[in-house]
Amino acid sequence: MKLGRRTFIKGTVAAGAVTAAGFPHIWIKDSSLAYAASGEIKVGVLFSLTGTTAIVEESLHKATILAIEEINAAGGINGMQIKPIVEDPASDPATFAEKARKLVLGDKCVSVFGSYTSASRKAVLPVFEKRKNLYFYPTLYEGRECSKNVIYTGAVPNQQQDEFVPWLIEKFGKRWYLIGSNYIYPKEENNYCKKLLAEAGAEVVHEEYVPLGHSEFSSVINKFRSEKPDVIFSTVVGDSVVALHRQYRAAGLDPEKMPMASLTTSENEVAAMGGDAAAGHFTSAPYFMVHESPENQKFVEAYRSRWGGDKVTHFVSEPSYFQVHLFKQAVEKLSAGDISPKTIVEAIKGEEMIAPQGRVRIEPENLHAYLWPKIGQSQSDGQFKVLKTTSEWLKPEPYKAYQNQVCTEAGLKEI
Amino acid sequence: METILAQIVTGLSIASILLLVALGLAIIYGTTGVINLAHGEFVMIGAYTAWALQTYVGIGLIESLVVIFFTVALFGWIIEKVVIRHLYRRPLDTILATWGIGVMAQQAIRLAVGGELRYVEMPSAMSSSVSILGLEISAFRLFILALSALIFGFTWYLMYRTSLGMKLRAITQDREIASCFGIKSKRIYSLTFAYGAGLAGLAGALVSPLKSVSPEMGTTYVVDAFMVVVLGGVQSLVGTVASSAILGELTGFLAFYSNDTMAKVLVFCAIVVLIRFRPQGLFAAKVRT
Repeated sequence: MKLGRRTFIKGTVAAGAVTAAGFPHIWIKDSSLAYAASGEIKVGVLFSLTGTTAIVEESLHKATILAIEEINAAGGINGMQIKPIVEDPASDPATFAEKARKLVLGDKCVSVFGSYTSASRKAVLPVFEKRKNLYFYPTLYEGRECSKNVIYTGAVPNQQQDEFVPWLIEKFGKRWYLIGSNYIYPKEENNYCKKLLAEAGAEVVHEEYVPLGHSEFSSVINKFRSEKPDVIFSTVVGDSVVALHRQYRAAGLDPEKMPMASLTTSENEVAAMGGDAAAGHFTSAPYFMVHESPENQKFVEAYRSRWGGDKVTHFVSEPSYFQVHLFKQAVEKLSAGDISPKTIVEAIKGEEMIAPQGRVRIEPENLHAYLWPKIGQSQSDGQFKVLKTTSEWLKPEPYKAYQNQVCTEAGLKEI
Repeated sequence: METILAQIVTGLSIASILLLVALGLAIIYGTTGVINLAHGEFVMIGAYTAWALQTYVGIGLIESLVVIFFTVALFGWIIEKVVIRHLYRRPLDTILATWGIGVMAQQAIRLAVGGELRYVEMPSAMSSSVSILGLEISAFRLFILALSALIFGFTWYLMYRTSLGMKLRAITQDREIASCFGIKSKRIYSLTFAYGAGLAGLAGALVSPLKSVSPEMGTTYVVDAFMVVVLGGVQSLVGTVASSAILGELTGFLAFYSNDTMAKVLVFCAIVVLIRFRPQGLFAAKVRT
C-alpha cells in the first residue's frame, strides 16, 4: 500500500478528531486512574541517603518507609497498596529538583514525601506548583511560605516559641543572647523571638551569626562571659551545635545560671555530642522521644524493631511518620478514580489524627499542622525530660512575625 | 582589661590548634614540595582513630595519643610509597592525586563506620576549667596549648639538632647535591611524609573532644593549614609558629569585637592582600630551586 503525504495527514486528523470528540470520557477517566493504576498508589520518597545532611535525612526516610509498610500490612488504602518510589537527592538542591521532576512526571507519583533543609524545599517547590502535584514536608522551618502544593507538618516559629520564650523569661530573666548559624532559618526565628521579647519587656544583649559548619566558639564563649546573659537562645545547626555545647562545657559555664535554649537540638544532636555536654539545656519542640502516650510507645517500638534497637526518634522523624498516615486518611475518603493531588489536598484539609505527639490537624487555610509544643530539658542519658506541654494544640501561623501578611486558602494576602 | 587578657588566651588557644594542624603540612610541603590536599583527611583519620580506640578498645584519649601518631604515620608512609613518590617531579599531578586520596579516605570512613557525627570523651581530669590570674580557662585547651608547644619543640630539635634533620635540610636546599653526598633522599622523603601525617593525626585526635568528628571534618582544617603555611612562608618552622599566632589572635579578636563571619572574611582579605605584595610569605627561608 502506498501512503501519500496528503492521505496520511487526512487520516491522522480524522483519527485525532475521533479521539477528541468521540471518547472524551474514557480519555479523562484513564488519565486520573493512572494515579491508582493496577491497585497501587505510587508515592515518592525524597530524602538524601548520601551527602552532608544524609545523617538526619536517613532517619526521616526510615520513618516514612515504616509508616508505608504499616499501612500496607494493614491492608493498604481501600485495598490498594502504597508503592514507595525511593530517590536519593544526595543533599544537593539541584538534584532534589531533578529527582522531584522524575517522580512527578516520570513515575506519576500522586504525592511526594521529602526534604529536610529549607534550601531543598525551595528547590523542589516550582516543580510541585507547576505540575499541580503535592509535597509533604516534615521539618520545623522558618515559616513565611504559603504554597498550596505543600503540606507542612513541622513546627513554624510561633509554635516553638509562643510558650517557650515567656517561660524562659519568667524562669531565668530578661537579658537574652541570640546566636544562630548564618542563614535564613535562624534569622527568621530570631526575628520572631525579638518580637516576643519586646512584648515581654525583655532585651537582646547581643545577636550574632556564625558561618555554617563553624566549630571554634572560644570567642563566642568569652562574649557569653562578659555579657552574662540570662538566656542564650541558640539556633545554631548541624555539627556547630555539637562544637558549641562541648566547648561551653569545657569552658566550665553553668547551664543552671546561663542555659542555652534551642529550637534545633534534638535527640539526634544530643547523641552526637554526648549526654553530658547537653545536660541542663532546654529545647522546645512538639515531640520528644520520651513523650508518654500509647501512640508514641507504639511508634518507638515499631521504629526500633524495624531499624535497630539503638535508634532514636526525634522531632523531625515523628512528623515524617504521621504525615504518611494523614495522607492515608485523606486518600481513603476518595474513590479510586478520583485520586489525584488536587483531590488529596481538598480531602486533607481539616483532617485529624492522633500522632505520637498528640492529636494533630491540618489547618485548611495554610496547610500547616496544629501541633503540641513541649519544653524539654536535656538529661545526661541523652534523652529529654518534658517539663511542660501546652494545654491545647497550637495553631500554625507561618506569617505571625509579619502583621501585614496572612496565608489564606486563596493564597498570600496583604492586609 | 580582664576581657582583653581572656581574649589573648583565647587567641593563643586557637593558634595552638592551627599550629598542630599546620605543622605537618608545613614540613611535608617545605621538604618535598608536595601540595598535600589529603592533609585534612589525615586529621580526620586521627580523630576517628581516637574515637575507635575509645569506643571499641576502651582507651582514653591521652593514653592513645602515641598509638594514633603511629597509625596515621603508617597510613601516610603507605600513601607516600604507593602514590606520592612517583609524582615528585609533577607538582600539578600531586594536587590531583592527593585530592583524590582525600575523597577516597572520606568515603571509606563513611562506608566503614557510617556518616553519623561522633565525639571523643574529654579526659575527665581536664573536663572543667581552671582559674589562672582571675581568668576561667578550659583545662583541656591549656593542655592542647602545652602539648602543641612540646610537639613544636620536638620537631625543631629533630630538624636542627639531629643528623636526620640535617640530611632533611640538605635535601630541602638541593636534592641532587645532597644525593651526591650519599644522602638517601627517597628514604628521608618517606619518613618526612609519615612524620607530617602523624602530626596531622595527633591534631585530629586532640581537637576531637572540642569539636565534632565526621567524615567531612578535614576540609575546613586543610584550608586553615594552608592559610598558616602561606602566611608564614613555606620552608620556615618559625614562620609557621608566628603565622599561627598571628592568625589565632587576629581571628579571636575580630570574632570578639564583631563576629565569626566577619572575622573569617577579614582574615581571608588580609591574606590575599599580603600574598599580593609578599608572595613568599612573612618568613621565607632562602632556598635554591
